[in-house]
Amino acid sequence: MSSQVHGAQKFDQAKRAETVFSEDAMKTVQTIISHYPPEKIKSALLPVLHLAQAEFGGWLSPETMDYVASILKIRPVEVFEVASFYTMYNLKPMGKCVLEVCQTSSCWLNGAEDIVKYIEKKLNIKVGETTKDGMFSLKVAECLGSCGTSPMLQCGASYHENLTYEKVDAILETYKTEGKLRSYTDLDYKNTL
Amino acid sequence: MGRKLLIHNDHIPNIHTLAVYRANGGYASVEKALKTMQPDQVTDEVKKSGLRGRGGAGFPTGMKWSFLAKPEGVPRYLVCNADESEPGTFKDRYLMEKIPHALIEGMITSSFALGAKTSYIYIRGEYFYVARIVEAAIAEAYAAGWLGKNILGTDFSHDCYVQVGGGAYICGEETALLESLEGKRGNPRIKPPFPAVAGLWGCPTVVNNVETIAAVVPIVNMGGEEYAKIGVGKSTGTKLISASGHINKPGVYEIELGITVEDFIYSDEYCGGIRNGKKLKAIVAGGSSVPILPAALAITTAKGEPRLMTYESLSDGGFLTGTMLGSGGFIAMDEDTSIVKNLFTFSRFYHHESCGQCSPCREGTGWMEKILQKFLNGTANESDVDLLWDIQSKIEGKTICPLGEAAAWPVAAAIRHFKHEFIEIAQKKKFVDISHYDRLNKLVKA
Repeated sequence: MSSQVHGAQKFDQAKRAETVFSEDAMKTVQTIISHYPPEKIKSALLPVLHLAQAEFGGWLSPETMDYVASILKIRPVEVFEVASFYTMYNLKPMGKCVLEVCQTSSCWLNGAEDIVKYIEKKLNIKVGETTKDGMFSLKVAECLGSCGTSPMLQCGASYHENLTYEKVDAILETYKTEGKLRSYTDLDYKNTL
Repeated sequence: MGRKLLIHNDHIPNIHTLAVYRANGGYASVEKALKTMQPDQVTDEVKKSGLRGRGGAGFPTGMKWSFLAKPEGVPRYLVCNADESEPGTFKDRYLMEKIPHALIEGMITSSFALGAKTSYIYIRGEYFYVARIVEAAIAEAYAAGWLGKNILGTDFSHDCYVQVGGGAYICGEETALLESLEGKRGNPRIKPPFPAVAGLWGCPTVVNNVETIAAVVPIVNMGGEEYAKIGVGKSTGTKLISASGHINKPGVYEIELGITVEDFIYSDEYCGGIRNGKKLKAIVAGGSSVPILPAALAITTAKGEPRLMTYESLSDGGFLTGTMLGSGGFIAMDEDTSIVKNLFTFSRFYHHESCGQCSPCREGTGWMEKILQKFLNGTANESDVDLLWDIQSKIEGKTICPLGEAAAWPVAAAIRHFKHEFIEIAQKKKFVDISHYDRLNKLVKA
């Protein structure tokens, strides 16, 4: 059954055995599952994948997807087809802080391209790459609903809006000092609306 | 000052908490509906109000509700579409973040009207922190007895849950949203059957936008007829407009439908005019998918009448000289903006967001992005404008869901009104890229 989720990554049986949610995370999973009729728990897949991504290193490995499938009693390929469809799931390892700069119309009108170039130069990486120390990955994103406070970037759960070069400097400095993995499920989100 | 019904309390500190929301008249619609009205009476008020779907399509909400099938022994669901992803739109985020209880109150009152025992609020994944705020508000509502069993001691019981998405524009389409809520890829379904008959897990379901559901609260409180007195003709009530782009005061504004576009752009109550004293070049009035309008046609219709912020006035003249109110995502562009480059950002967006189910959209959006890229890198010919026109015309109307139209319309409108810009670039083989950042921030560094 496990062989179905490979994708480009190799499936590691030993790693799969180690892939288990913490007790707290498992409680959250059970709460999410309780929101749906008992025979429809596949509905919990998207939120559980977010949790799994946060728990297991910021990306969804074949082992993680196989584990999630076993919890929701679905086939691994059903997890993979969802994980590969939605943009928020990473199918390869990423930096601890994934910087997603919105590039659609309103953000572009207010200088998003310059922000991207500035980050590229500062971190010495291109869009789609990760810094050598594994701290930052840079991505561009399509409209994140921050058009009135553009340009903006998202990192984990936090929205950083009305960006200037100085603000970008401060954000990167803070994240570097904290040095921790930033996930969409973080509770210490920042927002500036 | 225009009348406000949805975000009139957004300035009150801690209005996101149940205590403050309640102290300012919150949950009155639940009391009124559950204690003094029959479910069908609530639906009747919504019908009388003339409320139209605020997510973009503008379909009459009362009519949508009345289509809901009610077979015996089958659960019915209300699903709130909070997958706000239309470029230029951020009103739902503002409403949920500032006054989450307004949405929850609307969910309870609407669910009572529809006979739904369970409802889901599907929030786009990127708004994770907003989902946290709404979840916290739901927990407060449960603790105070506004949700759960026998609300206000009546027979009506209701559960409301938040579900987060995974990042996909297409899940704003109601059947794709339902697929996603079922834990699948967001591929839109073929209709019929419509969700009102076979929606979530095959059960009768109503899917409404956040703002639509929040608008049910004032409608029940004041009565449908009173609500319908606000606005012009079939555009009744108030509408949240997300204003962005080159304006002095971007943000979310609640307007009475019927003010003029000119007033909205230039008055200090709203956008406060164009930044840096520049002239207005064009507007996108209702989110990225609606046709772009040059300044002159934005302010005045082709007939020479002042253009109003209503469903009818904005679409006056059809797509030849008009546009649509859509989601109310209002983007203003100043005289230095390249329409071609802006269109490129839209086409890149639609290419990225096409679910891939229908060939015309999957392939066509990619071709359009590639051709527009040619304009930007100096390899486009004049014939590419015709090619672009040809492709967009072959997407529209040939796909399962309206993403095809959404991708085609902005291309068609840009060529219709700004063809000379495409031709100029093709002839000179040169695209001049300006730095919006330097221009707007005046922070030019060597």
